[in-house]
Amino acid sequence: MKQARRQQGVIPIRPVPGANLPAGQRDAVLAAVGSHRDRPGNLLPILHAVQDALGFVPSDAIALIAFELNLTRAEVHGVVSFYHWYRGEKPGRHVMHLCRAEACQSVGAAALEAHVKQSLGIEFHGTTPDGAVTLEPVYCLGNCALGPNLLIDGDKLCARVTPARFDQLVGDMRA
Amino acid sequence: MSTIRIFVSRDASALSVGADDVAHAIQAEAAPRGIEIELVRTGTRGMLWLEPLVEVQTPRGRIAFGPVALEDVTALFDADFLHGGAHPLNLGPTDEIPYFARQQRLTFARCGVIDPISLDDYLAHGGYRGLDRALLMEPGSIVMCVTESGLRGRGGAAFPAGIKWKTVLGMQSEQKYVVCNADEGDSGTFSDRMIMEGDPFVLIEGMTIAGIATGATQGYIYLRCEYPHAHRALAAAIAAARAAGYLGRGIRGTDVDFDLEVRLGAGAYICGEETSLLESLEGRRGQVRFKPPLPAISGLWGKPTVINNVITLASVPVILEKGADHYKDFGMGRSRGTLPIQLTGNIRHGGLVELAFGVTLRELLYEWGGGSLSGRPIRAVQVGGPLGAYMPESQFDTPLDYEAFAAIGAMVGHGGIVVFDDTVDMAAQARYAMEFCAVESCGKCTPCRIGSTRGVEVIDRLVGGADAQTHESVLRDLCETMTHGSLCALGGLTPYPVLSALNHFPGDFRR
Repeated sequence: MKQARRQQGVIPIRPVPGANLPAGQRDAVLAAVGSHRDRPGNLLPILHAVQDALGFVPSDAIALIAFELNLTRAEVHGVVSFYHWYRGEKPGRHVMHLCRAEACQSVGAAALEAHVKQSLGIEFHGTTPDGAVTLEPVYCLGNCALGPNLLIDGDKLCARVTPARFDQLVGDMRA
Repeated sequence: MSTIRIFVSRDASALSVGADDVAHAIQAEAAPRGIEIELVRTGTRGMLWLEPLVEVQTPRGRIAFGPVALEDVTALFDADFLHGGAHPLNLGPTDEIPYFARQQRLTFARCGVIDPISLDDYLAHGGYRGLDRALLMEPGSIVMCVTESGLRGRGGAAFPAGIKWKTVLGMQSEQKYVVCNADEGDSGTFSDRMIMEGDPFVLIEGMTIAGIATGATQGYIYLRCEYPHAHRALAAAIAAARAAGYLGRGIRGTDVDFDLEVRLGAGAYICGEETSLLESLEGRRGQVRFKPPLPAISGLWGKPTVINNVITLASVPVILEKGADHYKDFGMGRSRGTLPIQLTGNIRHGGLVELAFGVTLRELLYEWGGGSLSGRPIRAVQVGGPLGAYMPESQFDTPLDYEAFAAIGAMVGHGGIVVFDDTVDMAAQARYAMEFCAVESCGKCTPCRIGSTRGVEVIDRLVGGADAQTHESVLRDLCETMTHGSLCALGGLTPYPVLSALNHFPGDFRR
């Protein structure tokens, strides 16, 4: 019945979910949904897959994910915004997570944080104007005997980071 | 010439100080010299200030060299380190290094010794003996064994593991779950990560035993996404265990089913709280649930669920293998067995020390830790993560024991010790504790959500100086509200670091 009405050209009340997404992003989101849809508790794995593919979870993806999983947009938005790891904006070419927690504080993380922000010219969650680096805070990377620590691109852990070592790391990234 | 075995850690800590580069350099240096080596990538021994640690198999046992920098590699070959030759970095046999030799390694017995993702290595070093025994036992006897061992939750709350298991065993349900809390968010702790990277099979074995003991057939490891190395190690180990029939349908030819899956968190500290973790596993915001019902009765998807920390579950195989009495013989009072203690922050010899309960902070800080890294006096230590109390020098003789710590308003928690020297500003640390609570609060209850923000403000005013007495009484009042009015430990324990800083270091709040 519904099908028939659609075929007669009735204008749908709701716009097509995810219609605003660029095609590449839409494909990535649908692929993420497709590979995790059947798992119980699938929303976090799907969001991880989207962010791994695109570097962020585009706000226009929320409606599409909600539609695919039969959730409300509010539910999906609520989850995306609850977790610090998910990002709503496209990041720079590299993402740096700088540890702010106590063990790193005890060996100079606050001074390092000041140096990092000053030398990059950005605050936490910001991206440098040249698009090279996005800076994020993190509360513990589990390397607390060798602080201060930072994590590059979610995978490369760097210990005993001094301001000089940081400058070197950023130099390598921009090279 | 026979092949020489060399061991270099692939633990994230070792990698963070260049272990990969050193490993590659050793291979590159050996080839042109015509030396045949077998390079084994292990977990870490836990002597983190010595990383990258290189060990060489000799007739005298493994000889350790460290910390090895990239530029040391050629000199090490020249000094014939492959046969334990003399060199300033030669530390002698690894097992005889006092820091290591004086530990009581039960849970971490294999960590740093074996190739973590080799099932053969695991089996050759006593792995899966606990499971073999468990498969011959009645579920009730397994639970009894864990209860009698005195094992308490190593995540921080120290609830007796056997009692939790017994509750789940007693529940009638068509589906039960085992959930491993690997959301190790406390600053100053890394023992979960170290065992998952250094001996992942022991966690898999522990969870499998928990499944058999309680009738659960599906397990989940909720792992924080900040631990990519642990994720890879677990994925490889789970695949190997499944391929060899240690996971899946009909484990080891029995009629017992148990399978396991890793799920990644997404950077929310609160998801280390068990009910919030379950919400997150179910695909929602990690907001704390009301208790009761306990997860043991109504947990994941409303089903009876065993939820334990990584170290708790990883301690189960040795208990089953060697018996409850063996484990119980370690420790003091009601704190039985061993605790992997993590020495971190401003400490010279940072790392993991597994010891029976009862060792004092002072012994750990000076005999193991070697004092502060900066060489300045140690002024305060925070034990038990961001929700643990700051302890002054006058409390350093407290033995590591759940009850002894509770008696002085502190907590052992997950066994992390963060060291601060005399340059620390304790008012800033107290403010940070409130700030952290504000950032990480799940928002469900008011004392935590609003109290933490008000806490930052009132500490700022207190330190500002005007009318300090009023502000101090407001802060104390606020802490009381948070302690008694919060739904979970985040809001409930944030007053620990705040009030301990205020009580032990009042001068820092009056400038």
